Order: sequence, then structure tokens, then C-alpha cells
Amino acid sequence: MILSERNILFRLILIDKLLIGILRIGAMLAALVMLLILFFLAHESWPVLSKLSIARFINDASWHPLEGAYNLMPMLSGTVLTSVGALLLTIPLSLASALFIVFYAPLHLATFYKRLIELLSGIPSVVFGFWGLTTLVPLINQWNPPGASLLAAILVLTMMILPTITLTAYTALAAVPEELLRNAAALGLSRWGMIRGVALPAAKTGIVAGIILAAARALGETMAVLMVAGNVVQYPETLFDPVRTLAANIALEAAYAMGGHRAVLFVSGLLLMLLVMVLSGMAGLLKKQRYA
Amino acid sequence: MRETTPVHTRKVLRDRGVQLLIYASVLLISTVFIWILADLVRGGLAHLSWEFLMESPRDAGRTGGIASILVSTLLILLVAVLTAVPIAWTTAILLAEFIAVDSAFGKAVRFSLHVLAGVPSIVFGLFGNAFFSIYLGLGFSILSGGLTLACMLLPILASTAEAGLRTVPNAYRMSASALGLTRTATLVHLILPAAAPVLAAGLLLGIGRALAETAALLFTSGYVDRMPDSLLDSGRALALHIFDLSMNVPGGDMPAYASALVLVSLLLCINILAMKFAYGLQRRKIRT
Repeated sequence: MILSERNILFRLILIDKLLIGILRIGAMLAALVMLLILFFLAHESWPVLSKLSIARFINDASWHPLEGAYNLMPMLSGTVLTSVGALLLTIPLSLASALFIVFYAPLHLATFYKRLIELLSGIPSVVFGFWGLTTLVPLINQWNPPGASLLAAILVLTMMILPTITLTAYTALAAVPEELLRNAAALGLSRWGMIRGVALPAAKTGIVAGIILAAARALGETMAVLMVAGNVVQYPETLFDPVRTLAANIALEAAYAMGGHRAVLFVSGLLLMLLVMVLSGMAGLLKKQRYA
Repeated sequence: MRETTPVHTRKVLRDRGVQLLIYASVLLISTVFIWILADLVRGGLAHLSWEFLMESPRDAGRTGGIASILVSTLLILLVAVLTAVPIAWTTAILLAEFIAVDSAFGKAVRFSLHVLAGVPSIVFGLFGNAFFSIYLGLGFSILSGGLTLACMLLPILASTAEAGLRTVPNAYRMSASALGLTRTATLVHLILPAAAPVLAAGLLLGIGRALAETAALLFTSGYVDRMPDSLLDSGRALALHIFDLSMNVPGGDMPAYASALVLVSLLLCINILAMKFAYGLQRRKIRT
């Protein structure tokens, strides 16, 4: 038989052992990358972390790294404001999209719309940024100068994280047992009554996990925000003020930063990574809860 | 009956209202998406030509084409994929086929990949700069950019491959072992071919992600737009080219549009191909 012939090719158990050995080396390399990243971030930020107190990042007068003033708070507030703003806009829109796919659209339209969202998720951030820069920023500029602003960053980020939340919410909603929905319909609940009373509560953990993942993505997003946010280090007073986010700050300054300045940028990288790790840890826990 | 009628009408009205809102948001999203695409196509087609693809950029990219950029992008991709695929797929095979789901080693590897998947790309850029460019002395080069991207691709490739291997029915493994095949033989002749479409879909997704990446390449592969002579030369990726043209080059909008159109069409092709693989497999599974 063909199968036994195959077996002759790999007769030796030794080869099995060898294979497992190779596989283990691969897996160890994969795990090592994570440690390497943490180690190098810590190593590069150590000169600053060991010399300066953490309070300096909050209490310094301003962000003038060349003069040794390392106040990261305006940038942190920029990151948080853009992310929160984008989330506030995205959550209702993407929930509506997911509900549309699962409950409202006829089958072929639902498939088409889902493909559209999947393709939207494939558009690179630099293209969103470019489109924002050439289309969105001039529009906002006409309305309320200077255009490159917190609002532009929020809008561009919204488009970028919309697919994430929509697709995870879709998966969660599609996984709600058909039985529950039929029971709700049999009890005479209206469509919205069924969605609000049965489908959304049943899919809640999955949806929340998706929102957290999207939040992590929004916090770390660099290029699109960098291109439209204006990048002035300040606390924005209105939606139309330019802001600079932590990630954009790294992208702008890491190319020429030296010494302490460079170390502070690594500190902000470390900070971003820890924020994102906490968020994705939370999402992971939620998922585990759902399956348990 | 008469008392319940108003309540009923109100419910119908509320249902209609919600439906209206949902349709409106879907319409809004589709409009914006089509607006973006239309803008790109309109702006890009005006500047796109065969010469644009075949010439090297001149005058900081204002004139000329993107030939050297495409070559650099391809080289960066090659380095990234050739490094990441062996590591990611061996990891996936080990996790899916050879060790128990709850083994400590498997858990540790899976956890680190999970964390890696969440790391922002700019942080990969910082790490790549510190480790590949400076510590290993590769400088601003295609090699260090590709290796940085390889780190980014690891979790995507590993998780899609692991999921793909897990979709192979257990009956395959049992039949193989009943026939006396060694595990290596089972893997090579049975499981990998069966999981091939998912592996391919994962690979395409990874390539798409790598093509779209900008932030991780900013300070690893560098900005130089010349034709690269070797892997140790600095080379500018397509996504970075768009960024540079739109932010740092006044009057670079038209070539930026054209480059963006090239990038988006490449990504659309790759993503559609990946979807084909993934959906094709689903359909095959339903049929058998």
C-alpha cells in the first residue's frame, strides 16, 4: 500500500525524536523573541529609569527632552483622548454593523457587507493617514482651522478600529444559540426586544473582548495618527486643537534622539507596551471565561 | 385589547427606529469606505503608468517611479517571511501536534506569542533599532527591517497555522498510527497537506500585514530610495514611501496617491486570495 511505502521513508523512530527536537528549538526561539523585546526595552530605558524618579515624567515643566524636561503627560493624555474618542464613535457604529450582518440584512447582502468590512480591515494605516491628510484635514480646516487636530485623529482611528469591533461582535452574535433566539421569537418579542433582551446579553463577553482588543490597537496606532493629529505637545482644549500621542512622539523623535532623550522614548515605548499587555490580558481572561 | 394597542404601536415604532439607525450606520460606513477607495483610485490612476512602476524615484519621489521602492519592499518581505515561517510553523506544529494543550512549555510559548501579537508596531520599531540595527550592528538595512517584521509576523503565522492544524480531523492521526506510520510520516504526508490551505491563508495574511507596516520600519530599514545593492543597504518600503511623500515632500501628493493605489490593490489581491483559501477549506469540510 502507498501508506506503508511512506512509512519506509521515515522508518526510524530516531527521525521522530529529531523532529521534535527541531520543533522545540523553533518554539523556544518564538518564545525568546518576547523576552528579547522586553529585555531590550528595559535595557535601553534603564539609564533614565535608574537615575530619574517616575514622578519626573508627571511633574516636569514640559516636554523639552534636550534640556532634560521629560513631562510625558500631555502625550499620554493625547493617546488616551484619541483612543477614547475613537472608541465612543466606533462602538455604536460597529455594533450596528454586526447586528445588520446577523439580524437585519438578507443573506447575500450580509455576506457582501462582511467582505467589505474585512477588506476595510486590510487597508494599511499609512493609507488611512494619507487619506485623512489629503481629504479629512482640509475639510476640518475649512470648518475650524487648523484641521490637523484631535478630531481628525479620532475620525481616522475610528475607521481603523471599526472592523476589529465589528468582526468580533459578529462572531460573538453569530455564536448565540439559535434556540435562544427562537424561544424569544416564540414568546412574541419584537426583533429589537429579542436583540436587546437575548442576543446582546448572550454575546456580551465576546463583544467586550473585541472592544478591549480594539482599544489596545488604538493606543498603539502610530502612523495614521501621526499624519493627521498635528503633533503639538499640549493638552488639547477643544476637539480642533492639535495633539501628539505617545506613539507618534516615538516615531517623530527616535530617529535623532540621543542619550537621555532616547532612553525616555524607550520608557514611553515600555509604557505603551505595558498598557497594551494589560488590555490584551483582560481580553484573554474574558475569552477564557466565555469558554469555561 | 384596546389598551394594549398603543403599547404595541410604540414597540413597532421603536423597532422601526432602531432598524432605521442600523441601516443609517451601515450606509454611512459603506459610503466612507467607497469614498476612500474612490479617492485613491481617482488620485492614483491619474499618475499611475507603466513607467511609474518601472522607474526609480527622482527629486525625492516627486517625479520618476517606484521601481527601487518595490524592489526594497520585496526584499524586506522575503527576509521577513523566510525568517518567520520556519520558526512560526515549527512552533505551531509542536503546539498542535506534539505536546499537550496544558503542558507548561506550551502554555509559556502560547502566552508569549499572545503578548507579542498585542505589541504596537512602533515598539517593534524601537526594539528592532536597538537590537538588530545597533546591538547586532546591521545598521539601517533591509536585513534589520526584515528581521524586525519577522518578529511581528511570528504570532500571526503561528496562531493561524496552529488553528489550521487543529482543524485536521483526529481520525486522520488515528488511522495513520493504526497503519504504523511514524509521527513524522503522518505529519509530512497527511496532516500538512490537509492543512495546507489554512497555512497558505495564514501566510498571505502575514504578508499583507508586513506589506502594510510602516512604523516598525521607520528606524530599522531606513529611508534611502536608491535601488538596494545588497541586503545590508538601506531600502525604503512602499508604505514608508507613501508616508514620506505625503509628510515630508511638498508636492508629493500625486505620486503618493499612485503608490497608495499600488499598495492597496496589492493588499486587496492578497486578502481576497487568503479569503478564498479559508472559505474553500470551509466548504470542503462541509462537503466531506
